[in-house]
Amino acid sequence: MTTMTADRAPMAGMKVYHLKLGMWVFLLSEVMFFTGLIGSYIILRFAHPEAFAAPGVVLNVPLTAFNTFVLICSSVTMVKAFAAIEQGDQKGLQKWLLGTILLGAFFVGVQAVEYTILSSEGFVPMAESYHAIARGAAEGSAVIGGPLYGATFYTMTGFHGAHVSIGVLCLCFTLWRARKGAYAAGDLGGVEIMGLYWHFVDLVWILLFTVVYLI
Amino acid sequence: MATGEEHKAPPYMLVFVVLAVLTVLEVLFAMFADLPQVWLAVGLILMALWKAYLVALYFMHLRFEPRRLWILAASPIPLAIILVLVVIREF
Repeated sequence: MTTMTADRAPMAGMKVYHLKLGMWVFLLSEVMFFTGLIGSYIILRFAHPEAFAAPGVVLNVPLTAFNTFVLICSSVTMVKAFAAIEQGDQKGLQKWLLGTILLGAFFVGVQAVEYTILSSEGFVPMAESYHAIARGAAEGSAVIGGPLYGATFYTMTGFHGAHVSIGVLCLCFTLWRARKGAYAAGDLGGVEIMGLYWHFVDLVWILLFTVVYLI
Repeated sequence: MATGEEHKAPPYMLVFVVLAVLTVLEVLFAMFADLPQVWLAVGLILMALWKAYLVALYFMHLRFEPRRLWILAASPIPLAIILVLVVIREF
């Protein structure tokens, strides 16, 4: 049993410390935010099926499946960081946090590459210049879907990408603090709430990947 | 976890393997399963929910949290269902 600091002392009633409770309440508001986005997408897709393409026709499923795997790996490195500091392993904490940062940045990088390729193929969120064609099709082939498809796709994946980017920045701050020795076996609240946010971002992507890319 | 209680180390690597396998299965199911669109969607959503549940349970440590946090964490689910059901009636 490790000694807890005052910051991690469980609150009466909820039986969790206040930082963690605050993060959970924030994440619950995020659930409603992403529900609004995903719900809107589902409704628009049912209402205007002609504006959307079948899975894999416009979007690159194998590339994004690989990126999903990368994000899952980053969740594993994050829990490894938490497990390391639970044991008081400072080097392990820094090593796994760095791994999480690199994987998160890689995820955002692949998403940027995906956006670049898709927009060059005419898959954009703008009605005036939308001219998406099937992947691998010759220039001038029939346009698939409509701007509603591009608008919903970029809104959902863009907001998620912004969450990942902010998460990477927060992880950098956590790593900087870890290098200064701010965390210990009995004082790991910062690592734990950072992990909660990161895993939530992973969880949301798991649902987005299925809804946007596979269905 | 929340109160500093000792608990058995979560099976992180096993969860990782299950998540990776489910991701591969999802992609194969979406690309090759010869099923009506509705059943395809149901199968894919069930697999995604299973993955999300595993992440929440083991990576977010909900399995080791007090019951009150479970209730708090589950509170937006009925709200989210209501939000979608109310709006989907428009079509």
